[in-house]
This record gives sequence, C-alpha cells and structure tokens, in this order.
Amino acid sequence: MTMLSSPEKLECARKDIVSRIDPTKPCISVCAGAGCLASGAAEVIAAFKTELEFHGLTTEVNTKGTGCPGFCERGPIVMIYPEEICYLRVKPEDVAEIVSHTIKEKKLVDRLLYVDPATGEKATRESDIPFYKNQQRNILSENLRIDSKSIDDYLAIGGYSALSKALFQMSPEEVMGEVKKSNLRGRGGGGFPAWRKWEESRNAPDPIKYVIVNADEGDPGAFMDRALIEGNPHSILEGLIIGAYAVGAHEGFIYVRQEYPLAVININLAIRQAGERGLLGKNILGSGFDFTVKVHMGAGAFVCGESSALMTALEGRAGEPRPKYIHTAVKGVWDHPSVLNNVETWANVTQIISKGADWFTQFGTKGSTGTKIFSLVGKITNTGLVEVPMGVTLRDIIEKVGGGIPGGKQFKAVQTGGPSGGCIPEAQLDLPVDFDELTKAGSMMGSGGMIVMDEDTCMVDIARYFLDFLKDESCGKCTPCREGIRQMLKVLTNITTGKGKEGDVELLEELAESTGAALCALGKSAPNPVLSTIRYFREEYEAHIRQKKCPALSCKELIAFHIDPDKCKACGTCFRQCPAEAIDGGKKRIHVIDQEKCTKCGTCFDVCPPRFGAVRKISGEPVPAPIPEEQRAMA
Amino acid sequence: MDIAKIDQIIENHNGEESSLIQILLDIQSEYHWLPKEALARVGERLQVPMSRIQQIASFYKAFSLVPKGRHEVHVCVGTACHVRGAQRVLDTVQDITGIGPGETDAELKFSVETVNCLGCCALGPVMEVDGKHHGNIAPSQIASVLNNCE
Repeated sequence: MTMLSSPEKLECARKDIVSRIDPTKPCISVCAGAGCLASGAAEVIAAFKTELEFHGLTTEVNTKGTGCPGFCERGPIVMIYPEEICYLRVKPEDVAEIVSHTIKEKKLVDRLLYVDPATGEKATRESDIPFYKNQQRNILSENLRIDSKSIDDYLAIGGYSALSKALFQMSPEEVMGEVKKSNLRGRGGGGFPAWRKWEESRNAPDPIKYVIVNADEGDPGAFMDRALIEGNPHSILEGLIIGAYAVGAHEGFIYVRQEYPLAVININLAIRQAGERGLLGKNILGSGFDFTVKVHMGAGAFVCGESSALMTALEGRAGEPRPKYIHTAVKGVWDHPSVLNNVETWANVTQIISKGADWFTQFGTKGSTGTKIFSLVGKITNTGLVEVPMGVTLRDIIEKVGGGIPGGKQFKAVQTGGPSGGCIPEAQLDLPVDFDELTKAGSMMGSGGMIVMDEDTCMVDIARYFLDFLKDESCGKCTPCREGIRQMLKVLTNITTGKGKEGDVELLEELAESTGAALCALGKSAPNPVLSTIRYFREEYEAHIRQKKCPALSCKELIAFHIDPDKCKACGTCFRQCPAEAIDGGKKRIHVIDQEKCTKCGTCFDVCPPRFGAVRKISGEPVPAPIPEEQRAMA
Repeated sequence: MDIAKIDQIIENHNGEESSLIQILLDIQSEYHWLPKEALARVGERLQVPMSRIQQIASFYKAFSLVPKGRHEVHVCVGTACHVRGAQRVLDTVQDITGIGPGETDAELKFSVETVNCLGCCALGPVMEVDGKHHGNIAPSQIASVLNNCE
C-alpha cells in the first residue's frame, strides 16, 4: 500500500487504477444495500460467483456488491456492464440464465426487465425506468458505480480530489466561503445553514475542536443516511476531512446507530483504507494537516439524534439534551467547539468543493439549494430512495417517481419529517418541497422520510402511533415533554378505542401548546403529528368521538367483521384460517362470524377470495344480526 | 461467564471511561445481555460507579439486564410497516409466543422486541427472526416461521 504523500501521488495512483480498468470487460454489479440483502442479494451474489466459476469465467467477468441505487421495491437489483442492463427482483434461480444468456450470448432475459405498468413497454437500462428518469441523482448515482468496500473504486471516480483541492488550492476561509456561497442547509432536520455552525466553531478561541457526522438515523421509515454510509462511506469521510480543515479541527467522530451493522463495518473499513493511503492521520497528502476520526456506535436512543444529546452520548453518558443558549458549535463534546452535521450534508460538502458552489446552486430553490434524498415508503408503488432537486412538488415525487398508490386505492396524506413532522393532505400536494414551504404547511423537511398513506390509513391512529413512539423515546428530562406526550397519547388512545368524548380535540390542542415548552426539538415538535392531523383531518377525529366510527376502517376497537350472506359461497377458506375459531361454517352452509370470539385480526378479510369479496368491515353502525339457522343451507 | 473475555473487551477500548457505552455494546453482543458480574468488572476497571452503568444500561434500548431467549424475534413497527399492518403482525406473534414486546418466555425460547425501523421498508411489514428478514409477512404465515424454531 503506497502512502499518497502529495497531490501528485494521488493523481498518479488514480491514473494507475483507471488504466487497469478495462471498460469493455463485463461486470455484474449487485446491490448489496441492507434492503436488497434482506430480499436475498447475498444469495444472488454467491450464485453468480459459483455460476461464473462453473463456466470458467471468473477472470473474464467481474462481480461486485455495490451501494444502494434506491429502487428497493424491485430488489435485489442486478446491473450488467458495459451494456448497463438492469435486471430487477433477481433470484438465485435466475442467475444461470443471466450468465448463459446475457454474459455469454449477449442476449436479454426479458422477464427480469422493468415493465412500464402504463404502457407495458420494457426498459433495458436504468435510465429508461421512470423511477430513475425523474430524479436528479447527484449523490446517489455514485452509489452503484462503486464497490462500497473498495477505496480504489472511489478513487477511480475522482474520489479525494475535492480534499486535495481544498488542502492545496484553498485556504480554510475559502473552503468556508464556498460552502457559504452554496447556502448548504443541514440535511438532518432543522435545515440550519451549515456554514453558520462552521464559522461559529472556527471563530471560537478554544484550540481543540471537533467535527462530527450524525448518522444516528432514528426516524422510522428513513434510511437515506444508511444507504450513503453503507454504499459510499469515503464520500462522507472526505466531506468530514474537508470540514475539519475549514473549521480547524483535528479530531472527528462518526456516530452510527448499532442497528446499522453494515454501515458500521463499511465506515470502519473506509477509515482504515484512508489511513493506509495517507488520506487520514498525520500530514494528510503531505499538506501538514492532521486529522483522525473515531466511530461511535449509538446504543438505541432516538433522542441521541439531537445534537447536544449526541455529544453527551459521545462522552460515554446517557444521551440527554441540554439547553443550547451556548451553541454546541462553541461548547460541544467535552465543552470544546463541535460541528455536527448529518451524513447527507457531509456528502454534499464533498461535491460542493469538487464542483463549486455555482454548480450546486443551479439545483433547488433560492432558500433551499441543491438536491435532497427522500425515502419514499408506505402505500406507494415504488418504495425506495429518491433524490430530487429541492422545490419539486410532492405530487411529482409521489406520482412521477413513486408511481402513485398501489392497488387502485385513493391517496390520503403524506407524512414528512419523521415523528416531529406532520401529515400533508391531497389538497396541498402541489406544494414545492423545500425547508420553508414544508414548515409553513405544518410539517417539516426533517431528515427526508416520506411516508405515503392511502384511504385505509386512519389519521387519528397515525397521530397516536407517533406519540406512542415519542413516549418511549422522550428522555424524561423535561416535564412538558415527558408528561405532555403521555397525556396526549392517553387522549388519542381513548379516541381510537371508542372512548373519546366531546372536548378531546380541544384538550389535545391545549396540551400541544404546553408540550412545546420542552428543551429540545424532540419535545418541541412532538405535537406536530397531532396538530397537523387535527388541522387537515378534523372530521376523522370527530367521527371517532361522536359516531364511534373509524372512517378508514382501521381502528380495531371501532370495527367489526361481517360475512355478507348473499356473497358467501361457503368455500371454507376463512373458516379454516381463522386463528380464533370464531367462524361457524361447514359444507354448503353460509359462514357466520361469532362477534364475541372474533379478535379482529382481519385474516378472514384477507383470505376471502376477491371474486367473492364476502367479508367486509363495518364501523359506526351495528353489526347485522346473524342470518337465521334455517336460511344458512345453500342450494 | 468468562472474566478474561470482559477484560479483553475493556482492553480493546483502551480502558477509557468515555468508551463505556461501546464496551457495554460489545458485552451485549457477546452475551445477548449484560450479566451483573460483567458490569461489576467494567465499573471496577473503568472506575465508574455502578449507578452510572445502571443509568446507561437502562437508558439505551440496545441493552438488556435480563437474559434473552434462544430466538430473537424483532417486529418492525416503523411508520412504513405500521401503515402496512405491523400491529397485526405483532398481535399474532404475541398470540403464538405468549409474550409481549420486551419479554422473554420462561423456557428462554423466544424474546420478542419491537424495532423502530429496519430500513427495508419496501418489504413491510417485516419480521426478523434471528437476523433473518421475513418480508411482506401476513399474520397467517407467522406460525409456520416460529414453529420452525427449536
């Protein structure tokens, strides 16, 4: 391993790596992100290796596990280069055919290609698939060009050239200036301008300073930071070193959730590789600048995503937030100035330095520059990671990229900003997505979770769900948060279980106001899910309270299952599968649900063949009396 | 329990007090819980009072102060899984195992936990048994998965 002791040596090493790459040599890239691994990508990679060996092709064909390209819905994803063929939902059984057809005979395996649901047309390349076509993937696109465990791959696509540029062609002030000009705002939650934290830290007199990557991605339903750290760890590291240089820090931390084991492995590996090449440690690239970095695993506490709590956790203590009258940028870890930015923010820093602030600001809006990665999940056709310029509308994201709602259902709301965010209804779908517009709509950008809900989602239950989450995650330090969340949850649970009463909505609004008196953003924003659902879906609250009816037919205590005697064909499917043995049936006998025994698990509803559709949910009205015994026999 | 192993874990972190959480995480991943003797050893070596260790062990979700079952069942209750019916999955798991989230059965066969997001939302609702993901799982399929556990 050669130490890269000057920018020239870095460029030489890069040239050497690039010269060894044969662009015509076939390469099979399989997404090895956590989503695809969960759907069997590791088995697919293993199958390719065995199959290539069997055909004696191991030296002629490369295989690599890449980072997540984002199309999780259709994983495991396989890309074949140089033709850039994109195969979706590949199973180990498909591997033999891919090798014999595509690799050896250069033919396509049609059934693994993307089929446009509207036109029925097949797409061979990734760029032809609407999900990708409608994105602006400045950051995510690098993920699938590299093997996430290889520093050579990162160097081959220009990696660490931004660092070299910053160290040798720019002063720390110039780096700061470029970031300021780009108006990069923090991608982790609040959208605070990154340069302001940097400047504050840089100007603080304390000579010991820290820079920190916040990869404690705790928002349920958000996984873009994980995809970046797993898929392209060097880009985060490079951004961090550049930031350290600008701020004047010589030590850094990367705080990763322990729930992301692959991210922990890949970032540790990247740190080791960078150290071996002289890109980390003493005298980086011969510039005289020293910087070391340590990985700290989070032990499972949502509140640790908050800056001051995270810093307390770094010190080895229980992660409770503290008042920030003095910013953490001035007094952070062990009271030293500490700049904390989110994973995606650091990844953007690398690109801003490498391509310039002017390049960066051509994307996005005036107040919110650049692109943003969202994790588009829930009731959406194309679940996955989506990178779009700031300012596109929610409708474009959901319909053009996300492919709309599956199963012919009606869109109801989209929840952004995680547990601190809010729900945005259909009427506001033309809202441009940027930091300020989302806040105006009563939600927030947050880290970029976007959960789509359809007509089957109960909005009161969603508010209850988030408060239940926050009740567990509140650290308990401030009374308004600890008690306020608990009381709001109690009222919401009452409403969803049919015990709601007049005045509950007003009580929630009142409680929301006082919960906002908490210290940190967790408590302050905890009422958002409640307030935004009341604001846009008040009638659902009222239906639960007044008519004891759940309009979405979702709240268990407010619904009943009923078999329509006119539609039941006595097929026995529900009868056999009911785990509570609550269905009375038999050959040629119309089935009846015993409401006393029914646990409302919904199995009968799921298994009733759609051509009969005999099982229905009822809410807010009495269950029809069971059909008399003598009428149950079928002809 | 092997005290030498605990010492080794502490050594790996240079016996630094600031690495307390990292040390406890390593012990947790080794034993799947935090045995009392291990905590006593950590306190002694790091010169940290037991009260602080207890505070950390109870504050962070990753730690368990009681032994875990042979099979760890994690039901994802992240938002994406929630809107796709995670509650029904959890109800069914509870019915079959007889234990709720955070509990371990008397035979130490199962431990059930809810997790806030496994990050594979495309597969929701997701249940994870001993590290293996079961995606798009219907309540009716859960019994056969759990019955395969010895």
